[in-house]
Amino acid sequence: MTALTDPSKAPAAATQPRRVVEIAGLTVTFQASDSPVYALSNVDLAVERGEFVSFIGPSGCGKTTLLRICADLERPSAGKVLVDGMTPEQARLNRAYGYVFQAPALYPWRSVEKNITLPLEIMGIPAREQAARVKRYLDMVNLGGFEKKYPWQLSGGMQQRASIARALSFEPDLLFMDEPFGALDEIVRDHLNEQLLRLWAETRKTVLFVTHSIPEAVFLSTRIVVMSPRPGRIIDVIDSDLPRERSLEIRETPEFLRIAHRVREGLRAGHSYDD
Amino acid sequence: MMTDAAGLPNTPSFLARAWGNAMAGHTLPVLVVLAGLLVVWHLAAIWLNAPWQIDQFARAGRDWNLWDLALATWSQERPLLPAPHQILVELKASVLDTAITSRRSLVYHAWVTLSSTLLGFGMGAALGILLAVGIVHLKTLEKSLMPWIISSQTIPVLAIAPMIIVVLGAIGLTGLVPKAIISTYLCFFPVAIGMVKGLRSPDLLQRDLMWTYAADHWQTFWKLRWPSAMPFLFASLKVAIAISLVGAIVGEMPTGARAGLGARLLAGSYYGQTIQIWSALFMAAGLAAGLVVLVGAIERIVLKRMGGGA
Repeated sequence: MTALTDPSKAPAAATQPRRVVEIAGLTVTFQASDSPVYALSNVDLAVERGEFVSFIGPSGCGKTTLLRICADLERPSAGKVLVDGMTPEQARLNRAYGYVFQAPALYPWRSVEKNITLPLEIMGIPAREQAARVKRYLDMVNLGGFEKKYPWQLSGGMQQRASIARALSFEPDLLFMDEPFGALDEIVRDHLNEQLLRLWAETRKTVLFVTHSIPEAVFLSTRIVVMSPRPGRIIDVIDSDLPRERSLEIRETPEFLRIAHRVREGLRAGHSYDD
Repeated sequence: MMTDAAGLPNTPSFLARAWGNAMAGHTLPVLVVLAGLLVVWHLAAIWLNAPWQIDQFARAGRDWNLWDLALATWSQERPLLPAPHQILVELKASVLDTAITSRRSLVYHAWVTLSSTLLGFGMGAALGILLAVGIVHLKTLEKSLMPWIISSQTIPVLAIAPMIIVVLGAIGLTGLVPKAIISTYLCFFPVAIGMVKGLRSPDLLQRDLMWTYAADHWQTFWKLRWPSAMPFLFASLKVAIAISLVGAIVGEMPTGARAGLGARLLAGSYYGQTIQIWSALFMAAGLAAGLVVLVGAIERIVLKRMGGGA
């Protein structure tokens, strides 16, 4: 954390900075046996309020590390990261973001309802309000009626929807999603992508979304960040001109295919398939 | 298992169904082993009790054949090894036919032992859990306590029990508490070890989740570590309650205690009352089995309420 600028110089969270995430010169190295490995090298990025930004790239490009640093789950080696105008640690302590992991990570001894209330209990939200939130967000992810079920009674897709409802339940303005649909089959994933887009439109949240699916990235995002490994870096940032209201059919349009093509070109340029 | 039933007449008779049920569950295998044990036991009784019996026959100048010998060895008053039915008769006499307030009642003795078993178990479980909580949260405690916890169990309980009784007796503590402390000494160990493992069982993802909620240590403990540890806790408690009983019995032996299954065992061996020893032994075994089953039942209820089923 010493590499970060003095947090007191950062704008206060109350002023609602337009930039929700600001990254400058971010570098992360891991000490391997012989030489340091650059998980991320000199990354700069700014995410504006209300954006849906996808990070795409092959494994080892540091996209998950980037997200985990924003969430204070890992520490940077150098550079500056501001989340909601605060250091990641302050943002975490202020519960400024919700994090959806690759696996649902539901607690098996809690019913769906109790899993949703877990963050609410920790944050001290009154019981009456908890019940209202459970209903609102389970309905939002189409899991109404599953309150009393236990995680093992749900399919993988339903579990991941429950974990999204859990991240929404304490109503953060910012969502970090780390390949949330990576383990699901194509059909379920399409369906959840549509739901996520609707949810994003309804709640006006800012979403940082890690994926390695090109169609998913293009379908969901207002901006796509293409990354490449060794060292992990950003090689292209693509602003999407697709309308905010989208249906799955948009994937057949020339505009969609053009963006997808540019993503693919970026991935190809940044990645040598010989190693 | 259905093929066995199919070999019988088409309309499944009561017998066929009973056979099917026996084959399906554990009943039949258990009965077979039991029958085998009984045969070995009876033969061993003849073998061990025969020399004295043959001597008796000779003194009485009596003719005897093998069957006479067998019957006689199974009904001696003070056999080296009593036959099972002799133990059952003694058990019936001392459990059912004696008022439970009487010193001759085995129920009375079992209760004395049970009360110190339960007290020792309660204290041991609490101590084990406290140690585990400390060890999981403080690195220094792990480094300083863990070697002592492990080496405590390398000292045989038979060596340490008399010392505990004597030392506590010197400061005026006698009766229930010293025995319970011996049980505690034995049963805190599996609970501590099991709970350290259990409290550490949440995976990285589950802990990361708590971290992103900025949950404090207590919240992480009560909402994540404690519930995760439940299966480990019950596995440990089953071991702990059985050895707690052993501790209580051992605690009754070196002190000349007048009551308890341990005292009963010791008195039996002083006076050559082997039947009394064996019936006390059966009582102890039954008590241990009952306690383990009880813990298992509580485990099922708790885990079911925690959404068990997977």
